[in-house]
Amino acid sequence: MGNAELSDDPYNVIITGVGGQGNVLASRVLGNMLARKGLFVTIGESFGGTQRGGSVSSHIRISRDSTWSPQVPKGAAHVLVGLEATEAIRTLVDYGNRKIKVICNTRPIHPVGVIAGEISYPSAQDIRKWMEELTEKTWFIDATDEAINLGSPVFGNIILIGALSGINVLPLDREDFEKVISETMSPEKVEINLRAYDLGASMVSGRKL
Amino acid sequence: MSNFIEGKAGTRLLLMGNEAIARGALEAGVSVAAAYPGTPSSEILENLARASKHWNLYVEWSSNEKVAMEVAAAASFAGLRSMTSMKQCGVNVTADFLLHLSLSGTRGGMVMVPCDDPGAVASINEGESRQFARSVEIPCLEPGDFQEAKDMIKWAIELSEEIQNLVMVRSVTRLSHASGTVVLGEIPEMRPQAVFKCDGFVLDPKEGIMVPAPVGFKHDLQHKKLEKAVLRFEECPFNTYRGPEKPELLIVTSSICHLYSREAVHRLGAEDRVGLLRLGTTWPLPPKLVEKHLRRVDKILVVEEVLPLMEQDLKVLAMELAPQIGVKRFYGKRDGSLPMVGELNPDLVGQAIAKILGMEYKTAPQEYVDRARQLAFFGAPARELTFCPGCPHRASFWAIKNALELDNRHGFVCGDIGCYGLAVLPCGFQTLKTMHAMGSGTGLASGFGKLGRFGLDQPVLSTCGDSTFFHTGMPALVNAIHNQSNITMVILDNSGTAMTGFQPHPGLKVDAVGNETPSIDIPAVCRAMGARVEVCDPFDLEQTESTLLKLLEVKEGVKVLVLRQICAQSPEKKAKKEYEMRVNEAACLGQNCGCNRLCTRIFRCPALVWDQAKGTARVDEALCAGCGVCASICSLGAIERKEAV
Repeated sequence: MGNAELSDDPYNVIITGVGGQGNVLASRVLGNMLARKGLFVTIGESFGGTQRGGSVSSHIRISRDSTWSPQVPKGAAHVLVGLEATEAIRTLVDYGNRKIKVICNTRPIHPVGVIAGEISYPSAQDIRKWMEELTEKTWFIDATDEAINLGSPVFGNIILIGALSGINVLPLDREDFEKVISETMSPEKVEINLRAYDLGASMVSGRKL
Repeated sequence: MSNFIEGKAGTRLLLMGNEAIARGALEAGVSVAAAYPGTPSSEILENLARASKHWNLYVEWSSNEKVAMEVAAAASFAGLRSMTSMKQCGVNVTADFLLHLSLSGTRGGMVMVPCDDPGAVASINEGESRQFARSVEIPCLEPGDFQEAKDMIKWAIELSEEIQNLVMVRSVTRLSHASGTVVLGEIPEMRPQAVFKCDGFVLDPKEGIMVPAPVGFKHDLQHKKLEKAVLRFEECPFNTYRGPEKPELLIVTSSICHLYSREAVHRLGAEDRVGLLRLGTTWPLPPKLVEKHLRRVDKILVVEEVLPLMEQDLKVLAMELAPQIGVKRFYGKRDGSLPMVGELNPDLVGQAIAKILGMEYKTAPQEYVDRARQLAFFGAPARELTFCPGCPHRASFWAIKNALELDNRHGFVCGDIGCYGLAVLPCGFQTLKTMHAMGSGTGLASGFGKLGRFGLDQPVLSTCGDSTFFHTGMPALVNAIHNQSNITMVILDNSGTAMTGFQPHPGLKVDAVGNETPSIDIPAVCRAMGARVEVCDPFDLEQTESTLLKLLEVKEGVKVLVLRQICAQSPEKKAKKEYEMRVNEAACLGQNCGCNRLCTRIFRCPALVWDQAKGTARVDEALCAGCGVCASICSLGAIERKEAV
């Protein structure tokens, strides 16, 4: 079976965001990268009605030797990837703990109640302060802005996967990423996705955010 | 990631439960698969449709689940192996045929795969398919992980062929829509020959006629088939025990609940105190196997989702065995150890075990949870479901709402199943007042429309999607016309089964595999039935509204308004803007306008934002789909549209 190192077994990752942000694609790419390392990966996903502007989460369980529940137990996430910051905060209520590490996109997606002017969306400063209080460490990444610079906001999720590889908590290799996306994407798309991945990795290791 | 369709035996892959089931069908040598889409089942047939390009396989999206089961049964009668899949509500649709099929029996191996949705993650009910296996008396299997989701299909097909009856393999959302590790098996080279033998002795199961009669004989035969299945279940590799020889507590579980149970025991560190009996064959229960494990222990916790069916069956067996094995104490849904409603998870099971054994089940510290909840109150504003930007339904319901208001006779709309069901919420202006099964909107409307003699004088409308029209909308419309019910049926035709991922339906020129096929014209069908039919583009609010208002004024008979506009998320339309939209800030009066922010407060398109700082509306270009509808709702003309280049 897998000989890759895991700090905990099972190791629990949650990717959360809003319908349409590419949550499912991100979890499958991540899962397949880890599966290439010989690890057992279990992913629980919510989609269907939840896609229409609602919150979406993927629970990813990583283990050397077995399949685990597709739902992470309460309070037991090791890493949280927030494609949207307020969704990350929502997820911390159920699955957070003092040791959790979070990679968080900064670009808000306003709920329709905020758009309608009925409820307010928290300020960037408050989000930063609260996330830092509730987590061991949070990396804030302007993934959507960087993705738009690359040509489309759809690359935001790949930038965040790149960032996840950059914090060195999981055996994520660029080579595996390339192999996994090459199975479904054309060579031009592979190239731009690799750029997004590298960009994400550099954003957590290189510059201070 | 479709390498599982061609992947060689021994390959280890990360597969979605539904992909594993599809691969299982290929490994089982299934030749015909038919289904109607429904979350969380749709990917099974979608993947088989893809596979049919590589393997000798006939795959179709049928007009509804009952027809799908009939199509699959025909293949079985002709000696082929077949499969039909559906979401839990679809089992109800098959029920009449299912009851009779289970009596007539089958020939080639045939499996039905209902995918239940405990917790109603993507449903408006918590239907229980396993109940049907009991009521029509066919064997029921439940895969406990992704590998079993694949392997069980082959085992079930072989069982079906052996007992000559249909077998149920029940999945759930957290298996169908989850992914896990699967090792592929061999796909057999099949060159099956289809022949329907029906000229032999009438009672000959292989060459006679396929009918449920004589009922006494066939029902007795069906019971013999079940007895044979039970013998196989006693030795079935999908029933496993893990734990100490004499545990303090025995958990009996099935399906994805087995993973919750295993995790709960692991988190409690109670592996030496708790035994785990994982049953893959859950109806009928194999009595010898159950007896062997009940003898281990006095306390039994049954972990299953939706109805406590296995719990009840185990209790009956335990009572029958009591003189030999003693009285057992059962825990589960009936004593409140586990909730009767909603889906389970590792924590609910962990808390139940902890309570029985007098242990403590730990999650995150309470002070952390309390603080996180406090911060989330402001930090995580509620995210209500809404129609996508550019969704034709928002425009349709806007027109319906306005027409009903202008009509001013307290007219109401009976809703149906699809994305447009969201119109019970503010995003659809709370226009829908009833919502039940597929096609029920028009059936209910047909009934309401006959209540005039008892004084009901409100205009009665129904909405129905294009796929739903073919599924069960047509019989309801026929009923309304024939019985002279005074209703207006609004068909929201967005050119596909949008909610479940754009599967084609009979109104489209393409079939499940992507081949061209004759389409059935909805307005022509309605006209042929005798309805008065109008067709509008819902993006033209004014015309839609006035057409509907005119139809509402027609005193007699059935009126049909077809609102035709492609779904904004459909592959052919996505990311193609018809208009560039902007708000002319000089023209928008914001709070000072008499409209009270009609555009952002009521119309509520996610791409139309209330800019608090400027005090005007604003278009979010990243989200805007460019449908142009909002330009028609601003009385000042402050929302401007310009043809996109």
